[in-house]
Amino acid sequence: MFEVLSDVIQYYMQNFSYISQEFFRHFLMAAYGVLFAAIVAIPLGITIARFGRLSNWGIQLANIIQTIPHLAMLSIFMIAMGLGANTVVVALFFYSILPIVKNTYTGIVNVDQVLLDSGKAMGMTKGQLLRMVEIPLALSVIMAGLRNALVIAIGIVAIGAFFGAGGLGDIIIRGTNVTDGTAIILAGAIPTALMAIITDLIMGTLEKLLHPVKSVKDDKENVDHAAPA
Amino acid sequence: MLKFENVSKIYSGNHYAVQNLSFEVEKGEFIVFIGPSGCGKTTTMKMINRLIDPTEGVISIDDKDSNLQDTVQLRRDIGYVIQQIGLFPHMTIQENVTLVPRLLKWSKEKRKERAKELLKLVDMGEEYLTRYPNELSGGQQQRIGVLRALAADPPLILMDEPFGALDPITRDTLQGEFKDLQQRLGKTIVFVTHDMDEALKLADRMLILKDGKLVQIGTPDEILTEPANEFVEEFIGKERLIQMRANVETVEHMMNKHPVTIHESASLSVAIQVMREKRVDSLLVTDSEGYLKGYVDIEMIESNRNNNKTIADIHLTKIHTVHKKARLRDSISRILKLGASYVPVVDDDMRLLGILTRATLVDVVYDSIWGHEDPGKEDQIAATVEESVL
Repeated sequence: MFEVLSDVIQYYMQNFSYISQEFFRHFLMAAYGVLFAAIVAIPLGITIARFGRLSNWGIQLANIIQTIPHLAMLSIFMIAMGLGANTVVVALFFYSILPIVKNTYTGIVNVDQVLLDSGKAMGMTKGQLLRMVEIPLALSVIMAGLRNALVIAIGIVAIGAFFGAGGLGDIIIRGTNVTDGTAIILAGAIPTALMAIITDLIMGTLEKLLHPVKSVKDDKENVDHAAPA
Repeated sequence: MLKFENVSKIYSGNHYAVQNLSFEVEKGEFIVFIGPSGCGKTTTMKMINRLIDPTEGVISIDDKDSNLQDTVQLRRDIGYVIQQIGLFPHMTIQENVTLVPRLLKWSKEKRKERAKELLKLVDMGEEYLTRYPNELSGGQQQRIGVLRALAADPPLILMDEPFGALDPITRDTLQGEFKDLQQRLGKTIVFVTHDMDEALKLADRMLILKDGKLVQIGTPDEILTEPANEFVEEFIGKERLIQMRANVETVEHMMNKHPVTIHESASLSVAIQVMREKRVDSLLVTDSEGYLKGYVDIEMIESNRNNNKTIADIHLTKIHTVHKKARLRDSISRILKLGASYVPVVDDDMRLLGILTRATLVDVVYDSIWGHEDPGKEDQIAATVEESVL
């Protein structure tokens, strides 16, 4: 056990620039997939939230995509697009659509009707209502969708190594192909896991920061004091 | 200022939410829409800023048909306050208060200035500007809600049960504050409520709705004095009617309709006989058409007994009277102040209609303690009391 660990450390020391390069490649692939998906899925989520009837089959469709096994999906795109990072990014795009659409939809639909009415009654146009009320209030829920999608994407990119996309998955595959490759497998797996965990933490913090109901905690005392006035 | 002409709102099929409504609101007037839930009061209000479009009829604001105006522009010119307050939780108090000015593209400095000015109106300090709505108490939040409606200085403000969700003490304070503010700023207010006390307290005029139809419109006094029908009476509540009775009831309702009278041509001996029969010590003197001429009392007859005179020769013409439409409360205090034991009630032409006695006062007190009971029985009691008083 101890031996394996020191092997891993040695591997890192010898291949640091290679590993960090793969690390970023891995992350960028995941991020691109989610980013492109967000560009499509957020407006889509808002649209289906607007037109209630669309919502059911829109989310149903995204659900079906989600059920396709990762390996199968990647293989299908490989047939169409050949090997390489693009294939993985396109597959991620499809996988990310569901969590983002679903959360955008939920976020927008759950904005209190009272607030929409009062915005409308104050003379906001539809666009202003969306920009000033609906999106700010739904943002943290949308963010939770992105977080979910990104964490899943990081996992899928690891499989992407089979399709010539590179990334940390490459290191893991190399480890499985050699005898006594435990150290190499770990050298690839540990940063992948760390990346997923850290991403989750960062996105979680972001989500909290974007939570619409804010309060300035240090002022609490003042508020209580002023309440009877 | 605001005018409804034959306005109706028809929902799918033939269901009238509001039916053929016509009325006018003056500038600076505080009008309250009141009625049981589902009577169409909120629908009526929402048609003013076209959150709901009327199916038929014309609503005009300052003589401009609101249907022909741009809805967004129209709404920015009308303040709006709702029961659920509806402050935006992601905006500071300043942002919330100056939202309409922001939509109207005021400069940042002007908006900040306005926000400070507004907070002063409700005695809240500038430190609140940077707070968020959830840090404020319910009462403070609704004050901000009201300020938000005032921000762009609209001449007309719509309020949908704005104080309904507050605790009674806060509600009372806010009602007072708001009425004061409204009078100071001269705003026209359309206020929806189902709380009769609130309506009576705030309204210049009240509009009572039932099943989408106008039942009665008038000042609180008018409605309390002359409820249009049983529904209005029921809605006002028996308790409240009795309580308000002394304040708004006219003399006509409470007077004794059968005063003891005598014709002016009758002789003194007849007068004494009538007094004895009716067990009273003075008589109201009328002519053949029932006009009040004066009164005679036992002392006056006593001093003139030996002369063979008729009442016309001796009666005093100087007598305090009250008009039939006079307020009962005022008349009673008059009786007490003058130390008179009775006051005759007359119409415009001095025709005698009835009499108000100290016994009437007893009736009012009796009613407000035990309620209005069988009128026949009461008359009897009143008559008995009256006799002993006179």
